[in-house]
Amino acid sequence: MSWFSALYRSAVGKKAVMAVTGIILFGFIVLHLIGNLKLYEPGLYKAPGETGPGVRYINAYGLFLRHVGEPALPAYGALWIFRIVLLVAVILHIWAAWQLTLMSRAARPRAYASRPKIHTTYASRTLRWGGVIILLFVIYHLLDFTAGTVNPGFVEGDVYRNVVASFSRWYVSLFYILAQMALGLHLYHGLWSLFQSLGWNHPRFNHWRSGFAHAFAWIITIGNVSFPLAVLTGLVHK
Amino acid sequence: MNLTLHVWRQKGPADEGRMVQYEVKDVSEHASFLEMLDVLNQQLIGRGEEPVAFEHDCREGICGSCGFMINGDAHGPMPGTTVCQLHMRHFKDGDVLHIEPWRSRAFPVLKDLVVDRGAFDRIIQAGGFISVATGEAPEANLIPVPKPVADRAMDAAQCIGCGACVAQCPNGAASLFTSAKVSHLNLLPQGQPERFDRALSMVEAMDREGFGYCSNHAECEAVCPKEISIDFIARMNRDYLKAKAQRGMKTPLQT
Ligand code: HEM
Ligand code: FES
Repeated sequence: MSWFSALYRSAVGKKAVMAVTGIILFGFIVLHLIGNLKLYEPGLYKAPGETGPGVRYINAYGLFLRHVGEPALPAYGALWIFRIVLLVAVILHIWAAWQLTLMSRAARPRAYASRPKIHTTYASRTLRWGGVIILLFVIYHLLDFTAGTVNPGFVEGDVYRNVVASFSRWYVSLFYILAQMALGLHLYHGLWSLFQSLGWNHPRFNHWRSGFAHAFAWIITIGNVSFPLAVLTGLVHK
Repeated sequence: MNLTLHVWRQKGPADEGRMVQYEVKDVSEHASFLEMLDVLNQQLIGRGEEPVAFEHDCREGICGSCGFMINGDAHGPMPGTTVCQLHMRHFKDGDVLHIEPWRSRAFPVLKDLVVDRGAFDRIIQAGGFISVATGEAPEANLIPVPKPVADRAMDAAQCIGCGACVAQCPNGAASLFTSAKVSHLNLLPQGQPERFDRALSMVEAMDREGFGYCSNHAECEAVCPKEISIDFIARMNRDYLKAKAQRGMKTPLQT
């Protein structure tokens, strides 16, 4: 790991680590959204050869995640590999964010008497607090849908029921929506910024970078905000 | 026009420093900002007070000596301008202006508005030499350089090292300066032999001097008197990361 610590020592290296872990987390967010869209799938899913009435698509998807890779991998095997990669990415991302924030504080020990003008975007100024909101949200989210400890009447494996039960409480939905907006802002700047951090620039595709970032920030935000709204409006119900 | 100035006054590096209010009357709109300060200083000298110290040399916007914050903007409110080329016609009667030195741990205040930018010199030094044949001046067209490459290198070489990028950056980073200095040589054929050592050494020197890191806010680009693009920061990052990958993550030969 000496190559990693040599890279990580510099600020540019830390930002490269943030960018790569950001890409991993972004990849997860995209897959997570695609998976959740199954909430809108009408009817029931029947595995080939299955005789019963079938199950909700989102529940079948949850089952798939737990058994994908079998029999080459044990049950939950692929899921745990995925979880460990994500956990490492989250830890590195936050660790670098924390150290860089300290570095930035130290670089200007005396503040300006008249505040510097702001030319940058709201999104780029809210990365740090936005990140903290996302982290708190992720913890709540895991307790809600994975561990089930804060979910009213949690039923393991019945994803559909758990989602409806959680989002039927307006204050949970509100918190969820606010957190998604923080994530949207984070991605609005982050998905552009990572190209800079990794030195991926070229006159021919530079103008696509912010288009890419803005498009995905909107897609992710609208997609994720739609779930609590669908439950609150009764579009998705028991 | 009449102006109210709040100017940072600090006797020396050890002094606490404070903002002091001054009234300047009958300022000509044809004067530059520095000339307006010259007028203030004449008044101060007349009253037997210490004039405000600020750096300047060419007053043509090319040497990079001048620079301070005006109401939170490095080099004042006009884009693409140094304070020596900023004219008073951009201000109006009754304006209240807060004038402060660059604030950065790496740029200690020496006196009033004058800061020590030796950190920039040490970053340049860390970049080391370029391999050139010494002796007689070579034939100018010996090494062909494509026009677009020459233009890009010149865009980077426009950097006058004034320090406005550091001063404006919310993280106090020196990425725009360093990237311009890395890039103008790294783009040219003459800069190729030491290209990756240069990127490694200069990036690491930047950290050593106590500058912040780059969040890609682009505040620097907005205030740079030479309008240097943050594209160069991406280019520097690329050369640095490539260098790390190629050199097996060893530290550079020169530091
Ligand atoms: C799903 C979660 C997340 C995703 C997809 C994500 C993605 C990203 C991306 C792509 C960047 C840009 C990296 C670059 O400029 O090179 C970034 C930057 C950043 N992230 Fe995250 N992030 C996530 C969670 C978090 C969390 C939980 C925190 C903090 C607690 C955080 C704090 C930051 C900070 C402070 C930056 C800015 C670094 C800078 O100043 O340039 N992020 N993020
Ligand atoms: S005095 Fe030379 S650039 Fe302003």
